[in-house]
Amino acid sequence: MSAHAPDPIAIDVGQVLQRSVTSLYSSLVTRPTGRAVRMAIETQLQGAGRLSISLIDFSEVGIIDFSCADEVVAKLLQQYLQDEARDALFVFRGVREPHHAQVEGVLERQALAAVVEVAPDQFGLVGTCSDRERGVWERLEHEGSVEAQAVAQIVADEEDEEALESLLARGLAFRSPHSGRVHALSRLVAHLL
Amino acid sequence: MPGALDHTSVDAFLDEVSYRRGERVLFDARHLRWIDPNGMVGLLLAGSLVGSASGSLPRLEVPESQDVLGYLARMGFHDQARRVFDLEPPARRSVSGQSDVLLEITAIDANHHVHEIVDRVQTRAGAILTSKLGYPAASVIPFSVMLSEVCQNIIEHAEGPGWVAAQAYNWAKRLGRFVVVISVMDRGRGFRGSLTDEHSARYGDRWSDSTALEAAFLHGLTRFADPGRGQGLQQIRKQVRKWSGLISVRSGTARIAQVPDWDDSPPMADGLAPLPGAQIGIVLPAAIQP
Repeated sequence: MSAHAPDPIAIDVGQVLQRSVTSLYSSLVTRPTGRAVRMAIETQLQGAGRLSISLIDFSEVGIIDFSCADEVVAKLLQQYLQDEARDALFVFRGVREPHHAQVEGVLERQALAAVVEVAPDQFGLVGTCSDRERGVWERLEHEGSVEAQAVAQIVADEEDEEALESLLARGLAFRSPHSGRVHALSRLVAHLL
Repeated sequence: MPGALDHTSVDAFLDEVSYRRGERVLFDARHLRWIDPNGMVGLLLAGSLVGSASGSLPRLEVPESQDVLGYLARMGFHDQARRVFDLEPPARRSVSGQSDVLLEITAIDANHHVHEIVDRVQTRAGAILTSKLGYPAASVIPFSVMLSEVCQNIIEHAEGPGWVAAQAYNWAKRLGRFVVVISVMDRGRGFRGSLTDEHSARYGDRWSDSTALEAAFLHGLTRFADPGRGQGLQQIRKQVRKWSGLISVRSGTARIAQVPDWDDSPPMADGLAPLPGAQIGIVLPAAIQP
């Protein structure tokens, strides 16, 4: 990746759980467990550059409860959204139907949203977002990326432009500081899938 | 002790125990004919409260009914009761592998207990939830999540020991359907004790066990400033409502409930005897097939 593109990182939460907590349990339950897993993920992210995009994979996790979802998803997002020094973007994978309510619940509670692989190679926005944000995000997801001068492909009016800026500020899309090209996060992690 | 100790009679039983806490108490269960997880966990709580007030283990006369004794054995009651009561352990019975026990009585005072409960319940919950309650196979996940959250409530908020148990029954007369009954009780500091420092001022004179329960149960208030906290109980209520179940929480002198249309429990009961900790009861009925 170039200096202007995010460092891609793949993190298997199932393996992190085994390594950081105990090899006896396959379920992501209890707040201390979630906290330990989040801290292990943060340690991995420290090795990345100032700008990174991580694929957080829940495929090997049997059960995730609300307390763990809050620690591993909501707090992770919240922390990097507030971090002035580093930009860390996230895509969540393996959030199967049984995990969906927990992840959605903790995101909505804090008015957050995340890009989630909802089916193989199919991504969605989960959590709190406006209809405008969702519409712009879906068009960007369909296009994959758009050049700076071709943004009109995904924004129709001023309100759409504001929605795009909001998506960028909320870490739900990425604009290259070098070229101005806007990317769907799913495309930036495509080679990690 | 009453002839039946279940979710309908456990409050009166605990009230009486609370009023007699300073006295020498004999728990006479010889004529007990029926007991559910609320009764068993409530009995352990009662014995534990009396024991800590008197400084010695209270005496428990075990039931004469072989059916009740067998059921208590299947639920692992005697293993827990030995730590709480002075009792003559009944002759060890062979315990049938086939039963509707979802979760034997399990003590909780550390996070690893929650992990063990979630792991253990997954192996049995699937069969019972689908065959007895008619829930979809995937319901084992929200059921396990619910159990995890309700057990964590003890560790995170009660800061005291507690127990959990779950069992499936055929409520043929009462409801005409199978139900799963879950009971979780602790003797920690209770909802009011957990919330007082952070929230009592804004309630002024109205601050009580019932307002503390309303604050936590209905509005998701917690003592933590962290906005991610306090959602466990809210999510449990949501899931119980989805399954048309009953959930009630007693803490201190009050009990609050989310009542489905098949039950007539009051949504709030006040003026109960002061009791430490929190006592949570959940009843999940079988789905009505169209």
